[in-house]
Amino acid sequence: MTATARFRAPGWYRAALSLVIAFAFAVALVTGVRALYGWEVLDWGAIGTVAMIAMPLAFLVGIGCFDYWFGWAIGKPTVPDDHSSHGATSWKDYFKVNTDHKVIGIQYICTTFIFFILGGLMAMLIRAELAQPGTQFVDPNTYNGLFSVHASLMIFLFIIPVFAGIANYVVPLMIGAPDMAFPRLNALSFWLLPTAGVMMVASFFADGGAFATGWTAYAPLSTETPFGQQFFTLGVQFAGASSIATALNFLVTIITMRAPGMTFWRMPLMVWAQFTTSLLVVIATPFIAGSQFFVLLDRSLGTDFFTAGNGGDVLMYQHVFWFYSHPAVYIMMLPGFGIVSEVISTHARKPVFGYRMMAFSLVAIVILGFTVWAHHMFVSGMHSWLRIPMMITTMLIAVPTGVKIFSWLGTLWRGAIHLTTPMLFALGFITMFTLGGISGIMLAVIPVVIHVSDTYFVVAHIHYVLFGGSVFTIFAGIYHWFPKMTGRMYDEGLGKLHFWLSFVFFNLTFGPMHFVGVDGMPRRVADYADQFATLNAIISISSFLFGLSFLIFLYNMIASWRHGPKAAGNPWRAHSIEWQVSSPPPIFNFDEVPTVVGGPYEYGVPGAVHAVFGDKKAPVSAAHGPAPTPAGGGAPPPNDP
Amino acid sequence: MASGEAMRRRHPLLGVALLSALATAIGIAIVLSIDWFPSQASTAAKDIDELYYVLAVVSVPIFVLVMAVALYSVFAFRVRPGDMRDGEPIHGNTRLEIVWVTIPFIIVSILAAYGWVVLNDIEERKQDTLTVDVTGQQFAWSFEYPEQGKLQSNQLVLPKDRPVRFRVHTKDVLHDFWVPHFRLKTDAVPGLTTDIRVTPSRLGTYPVVCAELCGIGHATMRQSVRVIPAAQFDSWVDEQRQGKSDGGVAAAGGDKTAAGRQLFTDTGCDACHALADAEATGSVGPDLNDIAAAAARYGKRQSQSPTEYVKNSITKPNTFIVPGFREGLMPETYSEQLSEAEIDTLVEYLLGVGKEKDAQ
Repeated sequence: MTATARFRAPGWYRAALSLVIAFAFAVALVTGVRALYGWEVLDWGAIGTVAMIAMPLAFLVGIGCFDYWFGWAIGKPTVPDDHSSHGATSWKDYFKVNTDHKVIGIQYICTTFIFFILGGLMAMLIRAELAQPGTQFVDPNTYNGLFSVHASLMIFLFIIPVFAGIANYVVPLMIGAPDMAFPRLNALSFWLLPTAGVMMVASFFADGGAFATGWTAYAPLSTETPFGQQFFTLGVQFAGASSIATALNFLVTIITMRAPGMTFWRMPLMVWAQFTTSLLVVIATPFIAGSQFFVLLDRSLGTDFFTAGNGGDVLMYQHVFWFYSHPAVYIMMLPGFGIVSEVISTHARKPVFGYRMMAFSLVAIVILGFTVWAHHMFVSGMHSWLRIPMMITTMLIAVPTGVKIFSWLGTLWRGAIHLTTPMLFALGFITMFTLGGISGIMLAVIPVVIHVSDTYFVVAHIHYVLFGGSVFTIFAGIYHWFPKMTGRMYDEGLGKLHFWLSFVFFNLTFGPMHFVGVDGMPRRVADYADQFATLNAIISISSFLFGLSFLIFLYNMIASWRHGPKAAGNPWRAHSIEWQVSSPPPIFNFDEVPTVVGGPYEYGVPGAVHAVFGDKKAPVSAAHGPAPTPAGGGAPPPNDP
Repeated sequence: MASGEAMRRRHPLLGVALLSALATAIGIAIVLSIDWFPSQASTAAKDIDELYYVLAVVSVPIFVLVMAVALYSVFAFRVRPGDMRDGEPIHGNTRLEIVWVTIPFIIVSILAAYGWVVLNDIEERKQDTLTVDVTGQQFAWSFEYPEQGKLQSNQLVLPKDRPVRFRVHTKDVLHDFWVPHFRLKTDAVPGLTTDIRVTPSRLGTYPVVCAELCGIGHATMRQSVRVIPAAQFDSWVDEQRQGKSDGGVAAAGGDKTAAGRQLFTDTGCDACHALADAEATGSVGPDLNDIAAAAARYGKRQSQSPTEYVKNSITKPNTFIVPGFREGLMPETYSEQLSEAEIDTLVEYLLGVGKEKDAQ
C-alpha cells in the first residue's frame, strides 16, 4: 500500500492524521474567533475544550465509522456489501471497524476489562492511602481525582458497557437473528467507548489534575474546579451516546428480529433483561447528557445554570443528574439479573421458577426506577415533603427485587445442581445482592439516611450491589459464555479458586465499611480520625488480596483462550438457541433460520425443545422419517437406550 | 441414632428449620451486640438508633431464609459432573408467588410507616429554641448567634437540653454540616438556607464534619461542637465578647501562646495548614512550621515586615500566593470573622512558634 493510500483508507493511519487535523482546527477556530474579538489570541482552556469535541469525532471518522454513511450521503453508488469485513480471522481484525456483532461483543468485553483493570489499580492506590490516617502516598487533590476517575471508569467504562458487550454477543444468537438490526451503528457505538475512556484517564495529565468532584460532579464545585473536569463533562457525552445508540439497537433488534415462533413469552430472560435495560437507557441517559452540557456551558460560555446569585439553581443539577443516575443503577443491574437467570436455570437444570413474574418484575423495576431518584437527596435541602413518597417508592422496589431472588431460589429447589464456576458466581451474587438490598432498605428510611448518607455505609452499600451484585454476574456471564465465544474451555479449578478468593476478600474489604460508616467516617476523604485506623487497615489489606485474586481470572482467560481444550457446541446442554450452533458460532450465526417451538428453559420436560432447525414443525418423534434436528437438547425420552 | 436417621428422612427440612432458627438467633445477637453508633448526644439519637436496630434485626431472618434455601439446595440437590439428569420440571407456583409478593410488601410498608413516625418526632418544632447560623466555606465552618447580639464565633458551643435550630448557609460550594453524635446532617446549599433542629442531651465535645465533597481540603474540614451546661452558656457568650476585644488572652489565663493556639484550632486553620505546636497536619496550604523564616523572606520582597506579611496573608490571602499553591484556595473572609485583637494574637502566636522552632 502506498503511503497516501494508507492515509486515505479507513484505519489507524487515517485516524492519527484526523486527530492532527482536528487539533489544528481547534487551534485555528479559537485563535481566529478570539482575534476577531480582539482578545488575547491564545487560550489553551478554550482550545482544549474545542479539541476535546473535535478530536474524538475526527478519530471516529478516521478509523472509518462513518465511511458508508458519508458515501451514501454524497450519492456514491452503493456497493453491495460483500461482508468481507465480517468476522475476525486474526487478532488484528479486532482493531478495525467491524460490523459483526460477535466481533463487536469481544471488542466491548476486552476494552471494558482494560478499563476495569485501570479503575481497579486506582482503587488499590486509594486503599494504600487509606491504610493509615494522615497523608502518605498522594496529596488531597490527587486523591480526590483517584476516586472520581475510579468511579467514572467503573460505571461508564466497565459495568454499563461490558453488559452491552456480553449482550451484543449472545442476544442476537439467543433470538435466532443473524446480527443486530443496525450493524454499522453497532460498530460506531463500540468505537465511541474507548474514546470516552481515554479522555477520562487522560484527565490526570491536565493542568490542576484529574477531575476531582466525584463521579457525581455536583455543581457548583464542578463548574469551578480546574480544567480536568472538562474531561469528565465531555467524556460522559461520548460514553452516553454509545449507550443510547446501543440501547436503540437492542430495542429494534429484539422487537423486530426474533426468530419465527419466538413470542415475547418465549424469550430467554437474558433477552427480557436486555430489552428492559435498553428502555431505561433510552429514556434516562439523555438526562445525564443534559446535566453535563449545563456544566459545560457554565464552565466554557459563562452561563449561570448553577450560579445561585444569578438565577441559577444548584439543586436542579442534582435532580437532573439523579433522574438518570438512579435508573443507571438498574441499567447496571438488570442485565445481571438476566445473566443469573440463564446461569441458574442451565446449571441447575430446571425451568426458571415463575418465568412470567420474572419478566414482569423487570418491567416493574423499570417503572418504579424512575420514581425514586430523590432518595439520593434526602439531606440536600430539597422540599422536605418530597422525601416521604420517595422513601415509599424506594422501599417498594424491594418487592419486585424480592420476587427475583425468591424465584432464583425456587429454580434451585429440586434441581440437579452443577457447581460450576458460573453457578458459584451466581450463588455468590444472590448472597451479596441480598445484603446490598438489605442495606438499600436501610438507606431508604429517612431518619437513618440523615445520619449515614455520604458515609462509608453508602460506599459499602454501593459496592455490595455493584461489585457483589453486578460484577459477580459479569464474571458468571463471562465464564458461562466463554466456551461459546472462544470455542475453548476455561480451567474449572482456577475458576473456582477465583470465585472463593473473590468472595472471601470482597466481604472482608467491603463488610467493615458498614461499621466505620455508621460510626461516623465520611466518604471521599484522604484522611480520617484515628478511631477508624484499625478497621481501615484491615480493609486495605483485604482489598489488596482481593485485587490480586483478579489476576487468577486474567490468567485463566488468557491462557484458556490460547491453549484451553476445544469446547463443544453445547457444553452445558442448554436449551437456548445460542448453544445450538458451533462454538464459536458460524460467521453468519445460522446456516438455517431456527424456528422456536417452546419455552427456553424446558429442562426435565421429556422431549421438550426450545427451537428446531430446518423444519417449521416440532419434532413428533425421533423414530419416524427424516426428523428435523432437535435443537433444544432436552431430556432424553424415557425409553431411549 | 436409628430413629434420628429415620426422622431426618421423614422430615428433611426439620433440621434445616432448626439450624435457621439458631442462625437467626445468633445473627440477631450479633447485630444487637455491635456498638454501631457514636455516643448519643442529642434527643434524636435514641430514636434513630432504635430504628436502625429494628431494621437490622428484621433483616436477619430474611437473609437467613435466603441463605438457608440456597445452601440447602446446594447440599441436597447437587449432582456430580457427568450426571445427565435434569431437575424436576416445576414452572412455578402461583400461591407461593402471591405470598412472596405480599409479605415483603407488608414488611416494607410497616417499616416505611415506622420511619415516617420517627422522622416526624425528630423534626418536631419545639419551644424556646436557640437559633444558630452555620456558614460553610472552603474549608472551615463559622457560627453566628443572632439572638446573642449577633455574636460571631469560630467555635460552636451549645447549652445542654435546649432545642437548637441551625440555619445552614454556604459562601461557595456545597458543604454538609454533620455532627455524627447528634445523628443529624444537612447540606449547605448555595442560594438556600437549610434547616435542622437538634436538642443536645449530653455534655462533651464532638466532631463537626463536612460530609459533602467540597474540594481539595474536604477531608480536613473538621471542627468541634462543645455542649456545656445551660447555666454556663451566658458566661461563655460574655467571654467570647471579651475575647473579641482582647484576642482571647484573658480566657487563656493570660497565656498568649495558649490563646493563639486555641484560636488557630477554633478558626479551623489546622484543616489546611501543618503546625506542630497545634498538632495540625493539613497539607492544602503552606506548612506553617517555618513561617517565621518564610515571612521574613517573602515579606522582604514586598517590603513588609514579617508581622505585616502574616497579617496580610490572613486577611487578604490572594494578594500573594506562596509558590506551589493555587490562588483562591484560602477564604478571604477572616478579616470579618476575626476581630483585630484576635488577628493580632494569631499573628504573634504564629511568628512566636516559628521562632521557637528556629531557636531549637
